[in-house]
Amino acid sequence: MEKPLTRNMLPGRGPFSLAEYEKAGGYQALRKALTTMSPSEVTETVQQSNLRGRGGAGFYTGRKWSFVPMGEDAPQPKYLVVNADEMEPGTFKDRFLLEGDPHQMIEGIIISAYAIQASVAYIFLRANYDVAYRGLQVALAEAQAKGYLGENILGSGFGLTLLLHESAGRYICGEETALLNALEGKRAIPRSKPPFPPVVGLWGKPTIANNVETLCNVPHIIFHGAEWFRSLSRSADGGTKIYGASGKVRRPGAWELPLGVTIREILEEHAGGMRDGVSFRAVLPGGASTDLLTADHLDVPMDFNAVQEAGSRLGTGTMVVVDDRTCIVGLVHNLIRFFAQESCGWCTPCREGLPWLTDILAAIEKGRGEPGDIEILRQHTHLLGPGNTFCALAPGAVEPLQSALKYFEEDFERHIREQRCPWK
Amino acid sequence: MLTPLEEEEIKFVAEHYASLDGAAIEALKIVQRHRGWISDDSLRDVAEALAMTTTELDSVATFYNLIFRQPVGRHVILLCDSVSCWIMGYDNILEILKRRLNIAGFGHTTADGRFTLLPHVCLGACDRAPVMMIDDRLYGELDADKIDAILAQYE
Ligand SMILES: Cc1cc2nc3c(=O)[nH]c(=O)nc-3n(C[C@H](O)[C@H](O)[C@H](O)COP(=O)(O)O)c2cc1C
Ligand code: SF4
Ligand code: FES
Repeated sequence: MEKPLTRNMLPGRGPFSLAEYEKAGGYQALRKALTTMSPSEVTETVQQSNLRGRGGAGFYTGRKWSFVPMGEDAPQPKYLVVNADEMEPGTFKDRFLLEGDPHQMIEGIIISAYAIQASVAYIFLRANYDVAYRGLQVALAEAQAKGYLGENILGSGFGLTLLLHESAGRYICGEETALLNALEGKRAIPRSKPPFPPVVGLWGKPTIANNVETLCNVPHIIFHGAEWFRSLSRSADGGTKIYGASGKVRRPGAWELPLGVTIREILEEHAGGMRDGVSFRAVLPGGASTDLLTADHLDVPMDFNAVQEAGSRLGTGTMVVVDDRTCIVGLVHNLIRFFAQESCGWCTPCREGLPWLTDILAAIEKGRGEPGDIEILRQHTHLLGPGNTFCALAPGAVEPLQSALKYFEEDFERHIREQRCPWK
Repeated sequence: MLTPLEEEEIKFVAEHYASLDGAAIEALKIVQRHRGWISDDSLRDVAEALAMTTTELDSVATFYNLIFRQPVGRHVILLCDSVSCWIMGYDNILEILKRRLNIAGFGHTTADGRFTLLPHVCLGACDRAPVMMIDDRLYGELDADKIDAILAQYE
């Protein structure tokens, strides 16, 4: 089984230096792209690879790049922004890649910037990733000294300035237009779309935002070709995926596996099954903003379409496992409280609705729920749903709630009937 | 007044942004690194350096979770209260910390000014839950014994 993204990560040691990375074949893809391919050939190859964005929305990467204005008349400068905000509860896959092999991402950034002819790139790194920050600083200095960054890279005439921005911490910064405002030094409030960032982005210029894991795949696609990349996957979408699991499993962690392995395979073979004394009840398949799935869904392949057909989303691919000793009402309360706190406050349904939901869930959990509460909760899953807000935070926030009501309504009813939490 | 070092650091990062006020968040972080938190005076100094009004800059400062507009202790403990840590019993860890530090809860600073305890969203280390950070260091798989050993390392 090929594991291109993690092949340089050896247990018990830090990331590869530039020299070690080069010795393992690193920066060969950059050389190939810059000296033998045109920018549009790079975009075309990525398009044929069926690489889909790993940040949660799953948009086709090559297709997104193709929206950027090209040629002499295109606005300048163009920007590439790396979304390394990773603040979705339950998600820790980008940390794994950032700490484990910073040069892989830097190589991916340079090739991707070349494809869209961006002359400036920013890595938008979340706060609190101090180990990743220090590793990136070292790797960036090495790449700069070797001439992989700066002007006229490898004699190609193409130049790139790559800057590292560390956030001051707010989940909404991960939404790509809020991220652009954060980079401009403003409050991180999403922008109304259209226009979309590939045309009007950072400081009004064409901008592509891609997730860390998405960009880490690019050197491998360029080096080995689109067909090889597609063959890594067990689904129609190309490549491998960093999957993860947390909660009361025996071996929580992250693993690189073919895109499309089943939930069961990840939980049983890699996470080692449930800890002694607890059993599986449900799972958030792709982070805090994805619908719960149940034991009936264990054989669903973890790819974009299959998880969607099962009624949830692949999201970030890092699963939160819920066991039979964990109260579902308490779980949803914790999740909704997070989204209420992190809402930017721009649209009314999100700003007013999420705190209301938090209060109702707190009351139910404490044994003070009232008979009409479940109906109010259910109404909000529609009021905060897609189409009613400027960004996807609110629709994402109600996904775990709506699925909890679908599969575990009896848990809510018991809390209200017995006026206590039966799990305490 | 900004110190010459603060001024120099702000000038250096401002080069990375296409507009002067684009460096607002970086500048606040620089001053916070030197002074521990952003007082009204600090806010005014930074606003002046970036040719912004203090109100404008305060709207940015108060938006972000990790710009402190109130004084904090010498070390800041960020305890993760998000979903995986909640499942793994972060509330236990909170009780232990409250007892060891002899404080009422989140948002409080120890009497000797050594620690401030704050809740924080997912620290991206859910596989090691429950998790906390002290300043720039991450501590996972927390339990009572570990917490005593960790706290003892900080002056
Ligand atoms: C509230 C919210 C938070 C998000 N947080 C992140 C994040 O932390 N990292 C990320 O890559 N994408 C995040 N996204 C998705 C981005 O908006 C965007 O789709 C993504 O960065 C595009 O990159 P990709 O196509 O490579 O996945 C978030 C979206 C929303 C609505
Ligand atoms: S949905 Fe929420 S987070 Fe998104 S723009 Fe509206 S208020 Fe802000
Ligand atoms: S939920 Fe605590 S580190 Fe992710």
